Amino acid sequence: MAETLAAPATDAHHDDHGHGHTNTGISNEKLAMWLFLGSECLLFGGLISTFLLYRKKLNSFPGFENAEISKLGAQLFDIPFTSVSSFVLLMSSLTMVLAVSSLQRRDEQRMRIWLLATALLGASFIAGQIYEFTAFVKEGLGFTTNIFSSAFFTLTGFHGAHVVIGIIILMTMFAMSLQGRLGPERAEALEIAGLYWHFVDVVWVVVFVVVYLIK
Amino acid sequence: MAIVEREPLALTTGEPSNGSLEPLGVLARPSTKTGWRSWVSTVDHKKIGIMYGVTALFFFFVAGFEATLIRLQLAQPNGTVLSADLYNQVFTMHGVTMVFLVIMPMAAAFANYLLPLQVGARDVAFPRLNALSFWLFLFGGVFLNTSWVIGGGGPDCGWFCYAPNSGVVFSPTAGVDYYTLGLLITGVASSIGAINLIVTVLNLRAPGMSLFRMPVFTWMQLVVQMLLLFSLPVITVALFLLTFDRLFGANFFNVAQGADPLLWQHLFWIFGHPEVYILILPSFGIVSEVIPVFSRKPIYGYPFMVFSGIAIGFMGWGVWAHHMFASGIGPISVAAFSLATMFIAVPTGVKILNWMATMWGGRIRFTTAMLFAVGLVAMFTIGGLSGVTHSVAPADTQQTDTYYIVAHFHYVLFGGALLGLFSGMYFWWPKAFGHFLDEKLGKAHFWLMIIGFNLTFGPMHILGLQGMSRRIQTYQATDGLTFWNRVATFGVFVIGAGMLLFLYNIGASYRSWKAAGRPNPGADPCDSRSLEWSIPSPTPEHNFDTIPTVHAADDFWHRKYGEDEHGRAVRIAATEDVVQKGDATGVHLPSPSYYPLVLAAGLPFIGYGLIFNLLLVIPGALLVLWGVYGWAYEPSTEPDDHHGDHGTAAAAHEEETSVG
Repeated sequence: MAETLAAPATDAHHDDHGHGHTNTGISNEKLAMWLFLGSECLLFGGLISTFLLYRKKLNSFPGFENAEISKLGAQLFDIPFTSVSSFVLLMSSLTMVLAVSSLQRRDEQRMRIWLLATALLGASFIAGQIYEFTAFVKEGLGFTTNIFSSAFFTLTGFHGAHVVIGIIILMTMFAMSLQGRLGPERAEALEIAGLYWHFVDVVWVVVFVVVYLIK
Repeated sequence: MAIVEREPLALTTGEPSNGSLEPLGVLARPSTKTGWRSWVSTVDHKKIGIMYGVTALFFFFVAGFEATLIRLQLAQPNGTVLSADLYNQVFTMHGVTMVFLVIMPMAAAFANYLLPLQVGARDVAFPRLNALSFWLFLFGGVFLNTSWVIGGGGPDCGWFCYAPNSGVVFSPTAGVDYYTLGLLITGVASSIGAINLIVTVLNLRAPGMSLFRMPVFTWMQLVVQMLLLFSLPVITVALFLLTFDRLFGANFFNVAQGADPLLWQHLFWIFGHPEVYILILPSFGIVSEVIPVFSRKPIYGYPFMVFSGIAIGFMGWGVWAHHMFASGIGPISVAAFSLATMFIAVPTGVKILNWMATMWGGRIRFTTAMLFAVGLVAMFTIGGLSGVTHSVAPADTQQTDTYYIVAHFHYVLFGGALLGLFSGMYFWWPKAFGHFLDEKLGKAHFWLMIIGFNLTFGPMHILGLQGMSRRIQTYQATDGLTFWNRVATFGVFVIGAGMLLFLYNIGASYRSWKAAGRPNPGADPCDSRSLEWSIPSPTPEHNFDTIPTVHAADDFWHRKYGEDEHGRAVRIAATEDVVQKGDATGVHLPSPSYYPLVLAAGLPFIGYGLIFNLLLVIPGALLVLWGVYGWAYEPSTEPDDHHGDHGTAAAAHEEETSVG
């Protein structure tokens, strides 16, 4: 991570690592994040494919048409509830943008507020997911119940884990900001964390549509 | 010497520097340059490359020993060397080790060592992440192999580990758990490495080094890292699903519940076929460097070499189901994947012809490196041709799970990938270690390898067509398979002799070099073409005194040679005049760090915890957290580089990578 934020122009030896001197014009960290997110697309792609395959299969599996079908889909999903928590998560992307923009405008106090708001919105989403999971388990749809439930909990659980990691990143940056380690010159670090956060939100849009809305 | 400063200088702008803040954690940023500490804390891409190579070579002997056991078992009908159960474990670990712990990391060794040098950079984009990749690979590999000792036996499901055969019902020992968790750990290593190397190649090229001036090796590695980046998450999904099934009772591969047994096969081979090109393309890159140098001609058809590599990278995604022709995937799928499989032979054929055209009319010097490179061209052609026969689906249905398949993929992986890697070792050895490997011993090594290899795997074509099945621990005397099996077993000992000779060569070459007073081979002993030869051997820690400005493909060669009035190449400058001197004045290097090691050390604990006792996860998770936050808060030693804090975002992302 030989990245320099304020590379002195006198250091000619260093300009190959200097900020804004990369061949692509994109900083190393940001390019790395984009590549990582590209890789993540395939991860969620695999999980979503598995879910779609098993939802279809369960419906057609002999003996399961009636007995288990009642435990999935429209009967169990509380679509209004999940819609609200989805809305909460999407709003967290807005607050994230506001946090980055505040830091770029050198308003660190406001940046911290928006950062905290983003983390809180994310945490509300996670709380909703925990509530939903417990409700399903109480209704008898556990992780090991059938192929649909395994695929459902794995897909949404992986997404939830991504949100949790995002919250940890945001809180770490919040703490760093309090220590004075996240000044305006580091706005790009926050922006990169934001990229990750937005990605996780976008993935949820896809997951929400695939899991809850498509019949 | 590079300047190592403990304290950051004050910023010229007068802003307070953060570097004076106390570091979090107890590990000070190390500054040693010698001894074992300098290795475990290094972030130097060259040292990391060498460690990759040494570890891969060690695992090569482990996997080679397993191969020898297999061949001893099959040397005669009703062999009794291994039980059926142990045989399953041994061939599984042989395959897994060779693919994930030998060829991939050995290619990573070359990538790490050479990519920054070939594009003209001081180091990779993220030196600490680079160290993390290595330690994760090492710990993942060791974790996998500890299944022999504390797992109740190795995994016994084959390297492809088809579910539901790999489920708890059919494989009740912890072996398969070691497989899934071990490959997840090494997968994280490869993903991080891929991101790191792609950013290095795209972002850190020297001035003038446009993409189409990059050496072919760099190009092939770029394609490989792209393939890794996008294929590893797919097997990550498969490995997670299998882990959840085995450890937490999920139903992904529970056929009694209606699970689809083809799910694993699709996920595995969507990764698995790009993986084939991940294994072979680095060697294609290596011989594309070696053959021009020892033919004294530029590579023939450089754009074709590059674009055929890119084409392989894309088409590699569209052929996975040819591994599944016998799985009942339907006539349309079979037809489509047959066609795609035929087409992918085209760019590979382009490469073969271009290598031959490069040699055509050249002043060929048959050094050991060149012999191995030519060996690759010849042997890979055989393996490639038998591969094309698999696109004929009716024939493939007959060959599936026979020794014909074993023969085919050993011709491409041993005859292709490994011969290429050995070629690279002989070629770049002086660049890495400052002395040549002995040529006489090297040539003996080459001939033993090529003869032993053909004795071992050539007969397997015949055995396969006679109907001998893979993964069956024995056969009957009446099957008529005994003779060729004996030949194959004899061959494996010839290979073994060759490999021991190689080890001896490493030691003997070093000793005779030391006895001769460590003569320096010079920066450019082979009259080579790419930038790594424009700096002293062994490579100084800071790589380039000044970053070169590149004006053409094979820029270094053009500094040595120009054209006379007839258009013929003539020497225009002595090598000593165009190479750099190794003067590091004013160069700042990234400081070493212990945190990659700390972070990586946490993951095996989590692995053992998931298998044996969840309490073990706690120390593992604590180590990971310590690693991540220690990393993020690590004080910098560079005056203009206060990324003690700057690492946060990236470090936090790594935490994310290591989980997801």
